[in-house]
Amino acid sequence: MNDTLILIVSGVIAGSCPVLFAALGETLSEKAGVINLSLDGCLLLSALSAFAASYQTSSLMIGFLAAMMTGALVSLFLGIMTLYFRVSQVALGFVLSLFCRDLAYFFGNAYNRLQGVEVGPLPIPFLSDLPVIGPSVFSHNIVVYLSFLLPCALWIYSDKTKAGLSMKSVGENPYAAYARGYNPRLIRLCHVIAGGILTGIGGAAFSLFLKAGWGRPQGCEGTGWIALALVIFGSWNMFRVALGCYIFSFLQIMGLLFQQWFSDVPAQVFQVAPFPLMIFSLVLVYFTNRFSETSVGRNQRKYRLFFLTARFLSKPAPSHLGKTFEP
Amino acid sequence: MIRLENIHKDYGSVKANDGVNLSVRPGSIHALLGENGAGKTTLMKILSGFIAKTSGRIFVCGNEVDISSPVKALKAGIGMMYQEPMDFPQMTVLDNLMAGRPSGFFISRKKALHDLDRFSSDLGFSFNPASNPASLTLGERQQLEMIRLLSLGVKVLILDEPTTGITDLQKDVLFFSLRRLAKLGHSIILVSHKMDDVTSLCDEATVMRQGKVSGHFSRPFSSQDLLQCMFPSGGDVDIADDYQPGDPFYFLDQVTASSSRVVLKPISLNFRQGEIVGLAGLEGSGQELLLRVAAGVSHIHTGAIRIGDTPLTARSMKAYQSSGVFFVPGSRMEEGLISGLTLSDHVALCRSGHTLFTRKRAVESQTSRFIENFFIKASPHSLVDSLSGGNQQKFLLSLLPDTPRILFLENPTRGLDHDATAAIWNILKTRVRHSGSAVVFSSSELDEILQVAHRVLVFSNGELMMDRLCHDLDPHDIGQAVSGIKQTKY
Repeated sequence: MNDTLILIVSGVIAGSCPVLFAALGETLSEKAGVINLSLDGCLLLSALSAFAASYQTSSLMIGFLAAMMTGALVSLFLGIMTLYFRVSQVALGFVLSLFCRDLAYFFGNAYNRLQGVEVGPLPIPFLSDLPVIGPSVFSHNIVVYLSFLLPCALWIYSDKTKAGLSMKSVGENPYAAYARGYNPRLIRLCHVIAGGILTGIGGAAFSLFLKAGWGRPQGCEGTGWIALALVIFGSWNMFRVALGCYIFSFLQIMGLLFQQWFSDVPAQVFQVAPFPLMIFSLVLVYFTNRFSETSVGRNQRKYRLFFLTARFLSKPAPSHLGKTFEP
Repeated sequence: MIRLENIHKDYGSVKANDGVNLSVRPGSIHALLGENGAGKTTLMKILSGFIAKTSGRIFVCGNEVDISSPVKALKAGIGMMYQEPMDFPQMTVLDNLMAGRPSGFFISRKKALHDLDRFSSDLGFSFNPASNPASLTLGERQQLEMIRLLSLGVKVLILDEPTTGITDLQKDVLFFSLRRLAKLGHSIILVSHKMDDVTSLCDEATVMRQGKVSGHFSRPFSSQDLLQCMFPSGGDVDIADDYQPGDPFYFLDQVTASSSRVVLKPISLNFRQGEIVGLAGLEGSGQELLLRVAAGVSHIHTGAIRIGDTPLTARSMKAYQSSGVFFVPGSRMEEGLISGLTLSDHVALCRSGHTLFTRKRAVESQTSRFIENFFIKASPHSLVDSLSGGNQQKFLLSLLPDTPRILFLENPTRGLDHDATAAIWNILKTRVRHSGSAVVFSSSELDEILQVAHRVLVFSNGELMMDRLCHDLDPHDIGQAVSGIKQTKY
């Protein structure tokens, strides 16, 4: 029993690492008002650059740097095109995602099934000797430990710092932000890039330890879309987005276990289970917004329980998300 | 304290501000009055740095200042509260106050909280710092914006239509706080079109008309003079000669509705056959909403609508149309016509009935007939985008069936020149005369309503202020009703 528990907990923690980086990066970008739909392709491309760079130089550090650079460049392109040239965020992001994926497969041909360097575990002294918790929580590598700290760090950033406040204000109402002396486009661009860098780390986490190596498929395909859904699921709150990532990772691990335990149920059932849940949460977001708009106070008492649940699960998106700011 | 000299603002050939001079004394509440489009808001946006002036000079305390951005205006001590609050709906009240304040890397909310408490108790407001503006009323959001501007050291406070959309109680609180600020030496500029607000609150008033200052008054005001200055035309009313109203056939019973801009108070009305009814009022006073509600385009909250004995309440647009109720939207290209389609495509869409294929030749000959009958300058194959506004409007009217029972027209002559306007009204009047249909229209031009309508309904703040026949009408009464003073019914 203990072994299973350790397996589950450590699997959830390790498995959630890349999606956590990607989803929190996307949260940053969306809080500033830009939807970066290129997430999925960007993850794959940065996974490749991490692997390729570290394979060529045998340096993990350079691998991670290359991935971060890739993420930054992709999002820089998206940011400049959407913010300064007013290209549609959705259209460009989508196309960019497909483009990055193909680019990754094309350049990745040379690295198929090669043995590269891998990030090794770094058990934390003393803590890793604790029963159950030690092997499941404190025996991961440094990137995973960083993913623990990331939600806290980003929460402090968005709630306690001046830059965080400016990020929220340009996502809420760039015109008002402009009136208060901010430069909405520059602030948005910075946060899109920061989001891209975090996504890059997520991609590197795939190719440098979680699904080490390069192949076609690499194994991280689709994660970006999940991360996008998780941002909505977590209603743009760092901790809830992180919680969503852990739940998603848990569902994936359970899928694997259930597959062993209930071998007569088709494996696909457990593999796709997380997706309908995501759809359900999106529908809920829509209905809460709609109800609170149309029948203020009138029907709320009647469906109190519904509203309380819905309110817990959903908070409205940044008011100016996805819209173009035209000064 | 503030002096504006010879301010010009051109938008292409349109002169929004044409040589405006204005000076505001310290410690006074100064009203800026005028109709929609008189250039009040443009002038104030120039003063607060939101739009750039074409030419002119601005002085603060005798020194010329450069106000090219809102931040520079704030530095000069000028702050503006917009009609739509410039805030962040989903950030807390406190964070709204914090955004844009100078601070270090980490923000400290203590100082902002202190400011919030101090100014709130000073001015008689109360706030929960953790709530967010999305859950506040418009009045409260104004108060928040006011606190923010004052906490940044603003000495000249500009308010754009602050009493639109707030409750009477909030209005009292607002006026109390404004008087208090004036006593403390702040200058207040109140942009308004409401006579009440001006006479009860302000020390001085400047009236603008068509981009120019048309009058300057100081306390005590005479509403009569102010109105005369705002609506100088008044005068000639063409009495519609052919008014022979039939029986009431279209009924609105205790109808309420709301849009994002205005809440319609319960209204009961009827329209008669062969009648042309004009809806007047300042923009956003409820006349546009009533028109849309009556035409079945917007939904009503409570009440009932019926035509003859047929109830129409909450029925589909199609049900309205099959009972002979038609609506022509004001935004011709956005809601009325479909950009990128030709005239005959439109006719095919509207008139071909339930067939799988459109009959090209029949459609084209019908389109040609419309073009001829309505004097439209176009061919069946021209794109609707290429038509002038007047021709677009004529084409829209031609698409309506020949004998509608009632037509609702939203600003039918907006942006049209004199000839096009006359042509449109000729078409409509002929319809009324021949088929006995009723025409209900809204217009921002009071003169137009007085010229063509038999009956005029005036709205203010979501309420019906006046319902009278045009031939026994005193234009001053309309002015009063527009500015929110209720007139007895006929």
